[in-house]
Amino acid sequence: MKQQQGMSLIVKRITKITVSLIFLFGMYIVLHGHLTPGGGFAGGVIIALSFIHLVLAFGKEIALQRLRESFFSAIESFGGLMFLGIALLGLSGGYFFLNVLPKGVPFTLFSSGIIVLCNIAIFLKVSAGLFSIFIALAIIRMPMDDAKEQSR
Amino acid sequence: MIELHVLLGLMIIGAIVAMEIEDLLSSVIALGAVGFGLTLAFLLLRAPDLAITQLVVEILSLIILIRATVGVKLPREKIRSRIGYFIFAVIFVALFLSFSVKAIAQLPLFGDSLMRIGSQYVAEAKIKTAAANIVSAIILDFRGYDTLGEATVLFTAVIGVLAVLRKSRKQA
Repeated sequence: MKQQQGMSLIVKRITKITVSLIFLFGMYIVLHGHLTPGGGFAGGVIIALSFIHLVLAFGKEIALQRLRESFFSAIESFGGLMFLGIALLGLSGGYFFLNVLPKGVPFTLFSSGIIVLCNIAIFLKVSAGLFSIFIALAIIRMPMDDAKEQSR
Repeated sequence: MIELHVLLGLMIIGAIVAMEIEDLLSSVIALGAVGFGLTLAFLLLRAPDLAITQLVVEILSLIILIRATVGVKLPREKIRSRIGYFIFAVIFVALFLSFSVKAIAQLPLFGDSLMRIGSQYVAEAKIKTAAANIVSAIILDFRGYDTLGEATVLFTAVIGVLAVLRKSRKQA
């Protein structure tokens, strides 16, 4: 008999609908970080939570076939380098973290120069970093778990 | 301001419950109540940025804590009550409270801006960065070094967790 993975069928169906909505809300928080409350850190944690939602509902074996740990490690390093690169870009205009890009009109989506790019970099870093911590905690097999399965 | 004090009182009660209760899962839930109380306190103090961040980080840490404590029973150590410990505790708390009353009287009033640089940020943020959310303007433009340091702290934490867990996975 095939072993049942994850939670019940109801949870899996609802998860398929809600995960994309949570992801969309996280992207909204990230991209509007310079207009409304929120920003790269909060949006990154929300997106990491949407992936965690998938892992919790479908069980770690099935979910981790699609979501590789090495991919998230690479994304996290890329986010950190992107943030540092934006900071170094300011050196071309004078000093570290100078806002060199055109500022635009306040209260519009494409305004405030490097702040949008910084939010995106922090979002990549935070979401990938927190999710890879969760993957590492989920994969690890404690000696207690082995003893529990043997006693079954 | 009265609702803030009620909220802070509830958070203190939740923290005491989290320490004293026997069951680990109930303790984690009481800890979550303290965290959500902190979220509401940030909202009452008109800091929605902090409230959002506190809420999502609280949910993440609750998921990890519940996963770690479900089905685990720790033997509870019984602390023998001695009269000496009690006297030491009373003396320490009395000293701490008397000094903190003196220290708190010296603090600036609530919401009072102590440094001139804060009012300068408020005045110039919209002109210099064109960001409507002034908190973003401060943490990513004026105070970019601090955010870089915070990102470094998170990076180091992730590297540390992955290094420790990878070793124990290889042994298993």
